[in-house]
Amino acid sequence: MEPTLLGRIGYAFVSLFVITNYGLLLIGSMARISAKVQGRVGQPVWQPYIDIIKSSAKRNAIGHGVMFYLGPVFRLAGGIGTYMFIPAVFGSVVFRNFSDSGDLLLVMYFIFFGQLGMALGAGEGGHPYSAIGVSRGLAQMTAFEVPFALSVIAVAVQYGTLDINAIVAAQQGGFARWTLATNPLAVVAAIIAFLGMSGHNPFSVVIAPQEIPIGPPTEYQSNLLGMLQTNRAIFNGAKLVLYMNLFFGGATNIVAMVIKTFLIYFVNVFVGQAFPRFRTDQSIRFFLGVPTLIGIASVIIAVI
Amino acid sequence: MSDKRLKPAPLANEGLPPEERGLFCDAAPREYEPARGAWENFLNWARSESLWLLGFGTGCGAIELRPLMTSRFDMYRYGIQPRPTPRQSSVFVIGGYASVKTLKRIVRSYEQMMGPKFVVALGSCTINGGMYWDSYNTIKRIDQYIPVDVYIAGCMPRPEALLAGFQELKRIIKAGDGEGQNEYARNFDWYKANQKKVIKDWNMPDYNW
Ligand code: SF4
Repeated sequence: MEPTLLGRIGYAFVSLFVITNYGLLLIGSMARISAKVQGRVGQPVWQPYIDIIKSSAKRNAIGHGVMFYLGPVFRLAGGIGTYMFIPAVFGSVVFRNFSDSGDLLLVMYFIFFGQLGMALGAGEGGHPYSAIGVSRGLAQMTAFEVPFALSVIAVAVQYGTLDINAIVAAQQGGFARWTLATNPLAVVAAIIAFLGMSGHNPFSVVIAPQEIPIGPPTEYQSNLLGMLQTNRAIFNGAKLVLYMNLFFGGATNIVAMVIKTFLIYFVNVFVGQAFPRFRTDQSIRFFLGVPTLIGIASVIIAVI
Repeated sequence: MSDKRLKPAPLANEGLPPEERGLFCDAAPREYEPARGAWENFLNWARSESLWLLGFGTGCGAIELRPLMTSRFDMYRYGIQPRPTPRQSSVFVIGGYASVKTLKRIVRSYEQMMGPKFVVALGSCTINGGMYWDSYNTIKRIDQYIPVDVYIAGCMPRPEALLAGFQELKRIIKAGDGEGQNEYARNFDWYKANQKKVIKDWNMPDYNW
């Protein structure tokens, strides 16, 4: 039965609640796994929750003007917006969100909308390190955008649609139909772009904690920081779900979704623990080199 | 959080040149009422389990702060992590002796932190001047300039002592006694007078946002 608009909004809240908690637990467990790699015990898995409660429980906060407050709002809108237009679980009524035809373009727009909003907000914070962080972030973003866009174009050409639901539907029926099997080059380019997108090593120079104290969010504190931390979980979840849908056959139930997204995110940790940090110019050169060529090759394969 | 007190009078900011005074805030800090009952206990629990350290390494004792991050001592498992910006961190670690020049930065950073904020002071230098007790250039007791929650004695204290100190800080926060921010606001004039007594080149606002 097709739910009413009100019902869909209700389901969207449920879906958002689930992805927020899943994202937080994912961040917590990945931090723990990284700690194990370094031979430490590591923080508790629920540490992100405590951090958010702590940040929101601060008694005072300072502001630097309207744009400063709008920065995290845009960021959160970017995170929620990205997630809201991706069907999290294929065929599920609750996790369908507001996915509709042509949503792939919308999602790509939303992924970068948050970053730009944050750049404006952090700029008004007036801290020089925020500006440095923002310029690094935007430069890096422009670079990894290229292989990512190319692989998305390859996927769109291959399936002849911009509707994420249709792309997932086309991949149903076994591993051989996944994009991973039909166009592996697109997946490789996208996964490399994903490393840049999630800002783990070797692409973590944007928020280099000791060099430019935390970068863009240097001035953010109290509940604004709480908002950014929450958004990090939602945004992570949204990107993972998008990748799962485009390249790994989507998921028909929530267990499959959890397993697949966990494994996709694990690539980050795997690479992040093994490689040191790139400088900005190095990462730009890196993204515009081999990954871009792989992206172009994937588009060519899709066209032929 | 609700604020039950009237706003104090604006600060003079006499250290700043007149043309710059308009650029800075002239509001003095104010006290904040804690929430009530179980809710405040819950918030205090969260505050104590998520200690974000601001450690500038003011003195030699700070060298013992670094091993806490390594796998041997691993402070992360206690919910303690370093945070490089005063805006986001909740625990200020004074890493040993503070020269007058450093004290100025300590005051600035402390005032920029968002409350509730806590201060942990390492080493005998912060307690009574330690081996620098007769130095012309260092201050003797840090708690005359900013409120301190926990002192960790030793010259220099071992990482284990630091961990024990942080556990003590957690106990204090959970008991609801970590009210250094309010103490600073209540005795603001006294702290300011002490600070200005030693910092001769006072070229910053009276209260740094
Ligand atoms: S207490 Fe000892 S180790 Fe610490 S700052 Fe003073 S002299 Fe250095």
